[in-house]
Amino acid sequence: MSGGVDSSTVAAMLRAEGHNVIGLTMQLWNQRRLAGREGMPESVQGRCCSLDDVYDARRVAQQIGIPYYVVNHEERFERDVVRPFVEEYLSGRTPIPCSLCNNHLKFDQLLTVAQQIGAELVATGHYARVAYDDARARWLLKRPADTSKDQTYFLFGLTQDQLSRTLFPLGDMTKPEVRELARKHGLALAEKPDSQEICFVPGGDYKRFIDAYLAEQGESLPDTAGELVTTSGEVIGEHAGIHNFTVGQRKGLGVATGSPLYVIQISGADRQVIVGGDEHLYLRTLRARRVNLISVDDLRVPMRVAVKIRHRHEPAPAMLERSGEDEFLVTFDQPQRAITPGQAAVFYDGEIVVGGGWII
Amino acid sequence: MRRTYLDNNATTPVLPEVFEAMRPYFAENFGNASSIHHYGQETRAAVESARQSVAALLGCTASEVIFTSGGTESDNLAIAGLTAPGDHVITSSIEHSAVLQTCKHLEENSCQLTCVPVDSRSLVDPDDVRRALRPNTKLISIMAANNETGVLQSVEEIGKIAAEAGVLFHTDAVQAAAKVAIDVNRIGCHALSISGHKIHAPQGIGALYVRKGTRLQPLFYGGRHERSRRAGTENVPGIVGLGKAAQLAKDALDRGDDKKMSALRDRLQQGILAQVEDAKVNGDGASRVPNTSNISFDYIDAEALVIALDLKGLAVSTGAACSSGAIEPSHVLVAMGLPADRGRSSVRFSLGKQTTEEDIDFALALVPETVSRLRELSPRYSSHVKVVARS
Repeated sequence: MSGGVDSSTVAAMLRAEGHNVIGLTMQLWNQRRLAGREGMPESVQGRCCSLDDVYDARRVAQQIGIPYYVVNHEERFERDVVRPFVEEYLSGRTPIPCSLCNNHLKFDQLLTVAQQIGAELVATGHYARVAYDDARARWLLKRPADTSKDQTYFLFGLTQDQLSRTLFPLGDMTKPEVRELARKHGLALAEKPDSQEICFVPGGDYKRFIDAYLAEQGESLPDTAGELVTTSGEVIGEHAGIHNFTVGQRKGLGVATGSPLYVIQISGADRQVIVGGDEHLYLRTLRARRVNLISVDDLRVPMRVAVKIRHRHEPAPAMLERSGEDEFLVTFDQPQRAITPGQAAVFYDGEIVVGGGWII
Repeated sequence: MRRTYLDNNATTPVLPEVFEAMRPYFAENFGNASSIHHYGQETRAAVESARQSVAALLGCTASEVIFTSGGTESDNLAIAGLTAPGDHVITSSIEHSAVLQTCKHLEENSCQLTCVPVDSRSLVDPDDVRRALRPNTKLISIMAANNETGVLQSVEEIGKIAAEAGVLFHTDAVQAAAKVAIDVNRIGCHALSISGHKIHAPQGIGALYVRKGTRLQPLFYGGRHERSRRAGTENVPGIVGLGKAAQLAKDALDRGDDKKMSALRDRLQQGILAQVEDAKVNGDGASRVPNTSNISFDYIDAEALVIALDLKGLAVSTGAACSSGAIEPSHVLVAMGLPADRGRSSVRFSLGKQTTEEDIDFALALVPETVSRLRELSPRYSSHVKVVARS
């Protein structure tokens, strides 16, 4: 229960259906830790899972009559989500902490806690569908009815065991229907706005967060300053640090050449940021590592899929094949714009999530 | 579902006699105790009678008792009220946050602070206190009993050190009062805090003993209540409740009821230790208040254990709660040198006057099996079992 309308409605729905429901909020990040440092805001309202959200979740639990607990997993979150987030940026990749949070906290730690306290299943407010497929003898993760809210991109890492113990009651509903249901259950937060950003980075300013976090840890920002280079190898300028850039970025390059320049590639090893015209952003292939397969147990022959390379992206038709022990090759029918190392590549077969991995 | 409450160090139920004693003071005898008319005279009498009862429990005179809103205010009033900028204060690493945070606040305002460590039983070494003394030491604040482990400190020895050095001594006796006999003169303290809701009086009331002749700067300014030491209209029902609870506590101690309490606690403790392997009492080997047993259960997560027990009807607790209600690591267990793992697997059982043999039976039936179930789910436990099996 995040204190948001989705998870609150799930709790109310399941309770109304007569299930034995226990509400849990995971305390993952102390919002006050970096307040005021390096320009971070002093007051931290409106973050996912802030004190205000815990208060909201607790009130919903009390209103619908279920036991409610807050469990502290700050250490694990910092170790498995926040630290990797910082390190990825410093290595020139663009991370997705929400997928890591799902893999390590929401569907691992939380499932463990659920088991420990005697619960059989964990239900969340994710817009996704899970179902057992007898023919394949596998648990399937599928896109939800409301594709505009589809969160399956962040759930590609779920294992069979995790899926077997998960419920996504909102999978067949649209967001407006969920709000309506919340209203029907008399939940005051039916109109509460959705939280859109990374829960531990206020205002989306990840650079400020990295500065503040490293300062708090007593570490200094590593010097990754280097050269701005064109696609033909010509040095045209300098940059102050590779973590300031992400593939496809246009602003903040500090150079002008008459035609628009975009970040094409970030080379962590030699600290180069390669820039070029829009046409250089299009690639037909990508490689993914640490792939988790859901709808199949392995890929022995190439498969036609549609692939999302970021959350806000229409799945693009491609061929998927294994290219190594820990590597899959995706070959798109059409070149795709701004394929970004560190992001996830998630493979779909219609509404079924085949699996996904991390773009290298 | 049968619910059993074994978290009395967090708070206690108001005893029926206490509630009955308070009852007339809401709508019948409601006067402001400072009013000169009949209504005020009535409640003034009740307040002063309660004051006598608290004084009797502490072994002091009535004029040395100040009523406050609880243990936290008493601690704040004592520490802030007995010091001035530039003073040095000695306290311990296991104090309640009401003491530690007040001391930290003073430190930010030009006081100096020394936090003496504790040993593995959470005991302060009085010699460490003596060694920490400086020419500008004004106050020593060391708790009489710890809220998490129940361990009793050697407050009388510390009182002697304070007397020799001409330094003031405050003790937070919130967890000691009513559980063990207290005599402020034997302890030799200049100030002592107690809290109503830990001794079967309501929440929102407490008291501070301040030795006659000790200069105290108030926290609250306003009317001349409590001999101009704590402004604010008296919480008459609360005070009456505290007085009654204090009187009942004194009677119980005189009767030797604390031995019955120890017996119940020991039955629970030994019962758990006998049925559960790799369980240890934190603070074992030190003298403890008769109602507390803090036990670490290896290989499991105390947070999950507390929740699992609560879902089955047994209320216990662990560490401190933070503002969201999540559990934080205990600074007390850390100060005792407990490895992080053991700190995270420690649960506190604390009995109250209302605790019965049946309550202990219930806990003994539930706790070992719940620990077992959690261990079955614990990867750390399965590794441990493999190692044991191999050897």
